[in-house]
Amino acid sequence: METLNPEKWIDNYADYLYNYTIVRVNDHIAAQEIVSETLLSAWRARRNYKGKAAERTWLTAILKRKIIDYYRKVNSAKGQAEVSMSYPSPEMEGDWIEENIADSQNRNAEDILENEELRLAILKCLKQLPKKQAEIFRMKTIEGIDTKTICKEHQITPSNLWVIIHRARKSMSACLEKTWFN
Amino acid sequence: MRFNFKCKETNHKCDKHQYGELKFFEMLLMKFHLFLCQPCREYSKRNKQLTDTINSVELHLLPDEEKAKLKSKLQAEIRKDSHS
Repeated sequence: METLNPEKWIDNYADYLYNYTIVRVNDHIAAQEIVSETLLSAWRARRNYKGKAAERTWLTAILKRKIIDYYRKVNSAKGQAEVSMSYPSPEMEGDWIEENIADSQNRNAEDILENEELRLAILKCLKQLPKKQAEIFRMKTIEGIDTKTICKEHQITPSNLWVIIHRARKSMSACLEKTWFN
Repeated sequence: MRFNFKCKETNHKCDKHQYGELKFFEMLLMKFHLFLCQPCREYSKRNKQLTDTINSVELHLLPDEEKAKLKSKLQAEIRKDSHS
């Protein structure tokens, strides 16, 4: 039987929950608020946790409800539900909307699910890296921050950075090999 | 002209290449080494696979300062409840 460990929620699930939210609401500030509300609600509702589902599954269920609430609030603020349609590229803006009916940005449920699982696998592997390595790898690889800025922030030389990146990449490869590719 | 056939350096070149930070001449040296060295070819393959895997999903991580704020908010709530 699973038990809750609220002290570890931020370290263990904040990135996962944030990622889950941002893909669905597409607004950084709103996503941060939704994650914050989710964790606070989860703490208040901790007595309802029966220990049948994994902690992450339980938190995700609460998060889903928060995301639905967010959409309800946004739509009621506008007075009506809105169907949004995005153009595949900015150059196509102003073209006939009918030509763009098959929205290439829309992925099917299976793709979304697989992406969700891969995202989770990457985040889990990232958590296994030593703290500094994880931070530098994250800045360089995920956030795409340039070498100079990272070196300045961490007070390291570029050759130090590449050694850290090399170690991180080897560990990430090995971890994903084990958890994702096999 | 000095050619460098060391595996360690080639691996570092391969890492830089994943971020588009390898100069053309360095890339030629790397390719030449890869042509001759099977273990480095294997590393290069896995390295590219890692890049492709990470690039295949949208990854957004919660900024550290937001995590810290959220942590203190949650901890305050936990403390409040344990005192009451």
